[in-house]
Amino acid sequence: MSRIMVGVMITAVIVAVLPLFLILGSLIVKGASSLSISFFTNTPVPAGEDGGGVRHAIVGTLLIVGMASLVGVPLGIAAGIYTTEFKGSRLATITRFVADVLNGTPSIVVGVFAWTVVVVTQGHFSALAGSAALAVLMLPMVMRTTEELLNLVPITLREAALALGYSRWRTSLTIVLRTALPGIVTGVLLSVARIAGETAPLLFTALGSQFLSYNVDRPMAALPLMVYTYATGPFEEWHRLAWSAALVLIVVVLVLSVIARVVTRQRFGRNV
Amino acid sequence: MPTTPPPDDVATSDASLALSAWGDRIFKGLLVASALAAPALLVALLWQLLSGAAPAIGAFGFSFITDSIWDPVAEKFGALPLVFGTLLTSFLALLLAVPLSLGVAIYLTEFAPERIRQPIAMVIELLAAIPSVVYGLWGIFVMIPILQSSVYPFLEANFGWLPIFQGPIYGPSVLSASLILTIMVMPFIMSVAREVLLAVPAGQREAATALGATRWEAVTTAIVPYAKSGIVGAIILGLGRALGETMAVTMLIGNRHDIAASLFAPGYSMAAVIANEFAEAGLGTLHASALTYVALILFAVTVLVNAAARLMIWRMNRGAGK
Repeated sequence: MSRIMVGVMITAVIVAVLPLFLILGSLIVKGASSLSISFFTNTPVPAGEDGGGVRHAIVGTLLIVGMASLVGVPLGIAAGIYTTEFKGSRLATITRFVADVLNGTPSIVVGVFAWTVVVVTQGHFSALAGSAALAVLMLPMVMRTTEELLNLVPITLREAALALGYSRWRTSLTIVLRTALPGIVTGVLLSVARIAGETAPLLFTALGSQFLSYNVDRPMAALPLMVYTYATGPFEEWHRLAWSAALVLIVVVLVLSVIARVVTRQRFGRNV
Repeated sequence: MPTTPPPDDVATSDASLALSAWGDRIFKGLLVASALAAPALLVALLWQLLSGAAPAIGAFGFSFITDSIWDPVAEKFGALPLVFGTLLTSFLALLLAVPLSLGVAIYLTEFAPERIRQPIAMVIELLAAIPSVVYGLWGIFVMIPILQSSVYPFLEANFGWLPIFQGPIYGPSVLSASLILTIMVMPFIMSVAREVLLAVPAGQREAATALGATRWEAVTTAIVPYAKSGIVGAIILGLGRALGETMAVTMLIGNRHDIAASLFAPGYSMAAVIANEFAEAGLGTLHASALTYVALILFAVTVLVNAAARLMIWRMNRGAGK
């Protein structure tokens, strides 16, 4: 019986691992051929023509994700410090629970939220609205990672610092946070990677655009949005560009994830 | 901020004690403000969804989820096909993903050679890092052609007597969307189930083996029953993911407001309709309000599902999971 079941389970492992290789394989086969310097430096050409690049989408993703991180990361880290420093307080319990709820909220719902708050108020789509949605998604992720990593810092370190007469804020910033910082940085990278691939909350906030733009108050392109538009569009050339853009996206996301996992495992002997 | 402060930097005098007390107060204030951000966002989220959906709630009430006509021009909205599509695709995805991911999780915690446990777990967890839109792209151009040319005709030829495998074969369909969802939720269920199984005390395992159980018997009699509520939690967590999954489903489900018996037929899902129609629904229209109503329902369902999952996992971690 054991032997049969092990056989069944090994089959399950193969079936489970297969999609990753199939997906990566297709991305490389279909996406790598159109990667060139001009792919990164050009903006789109009119539909139907050959050539064209994704510069506008790369710039857009950097700006939108960058602005989201600017808000989401510090807020998330500070909230994470709070829930570890004041572990037993009622606010900490509530915040932890709410963060889990927000973590489980579909990103499209967060997109609707950003739409009602930013787009409706401003009266038009904008990159800012997209960033707002991504920041909301980012906050609970960063908070929970920060909390987990701060909890790994030995309590003796904190006690030693307090015994030396360090004030609480210096203890938690220069001793506890500093000890956990490498782990937190990788956790933040992981959430940036996840956010960078989000499409749904950008659909009706940042909207997408065919032009290179630095104006965050206007609609803006982003890599995942571009993959979506081009994949569902009617032109062969668009499909080709969608594959290449997806390859770029996946390389960024996977490299960040692998680095984050390897580094945290080396430092803390476990995954986060 | 110096990292190794000189001794005289430490609060000893009255003045510096007072200063550090002020520092602590400001520090705490900042932290409290940040900790309040998440609850404030949740309240704002709920409020915005409610007030955005209010016109549609007023116009349709609860019949919104039992009507199946969706006509933005006539301003008649019924979400039944959407709710049905979301539930059906999530159910099918779980049906396939649960045995698969539990098999992998049990193998990795109980049977696999030590060396390959981490690498396999990592490869599967990387699947969770792939953006949804990339799954959609791959689904459209790689998975669907394969399914359409071989798997679907096979199903129709051999299981065509089942109403779910009858009728014309469409590429983008409920079944295609369910299959891509299977791949997407599998890593989530696997990684939570694995953590849960790892948390089972070694004593359970040893006691079963000491009583003469084989390794597989130990799994079925001592380990899985102990971890039951945690495993159920993992499955419900996967359900939460499947319900809210947007891009890949939007790209593969066919986007037709219809309920068909056949899984080969196109359908629609709650998340997909928001993704497709929201940008076009004008500000302040009933259409936008109806879509917000859909978002509100989706939000409420996922909150309930996730709360249930957390509760199960929490019970298991307290050792009460029986």
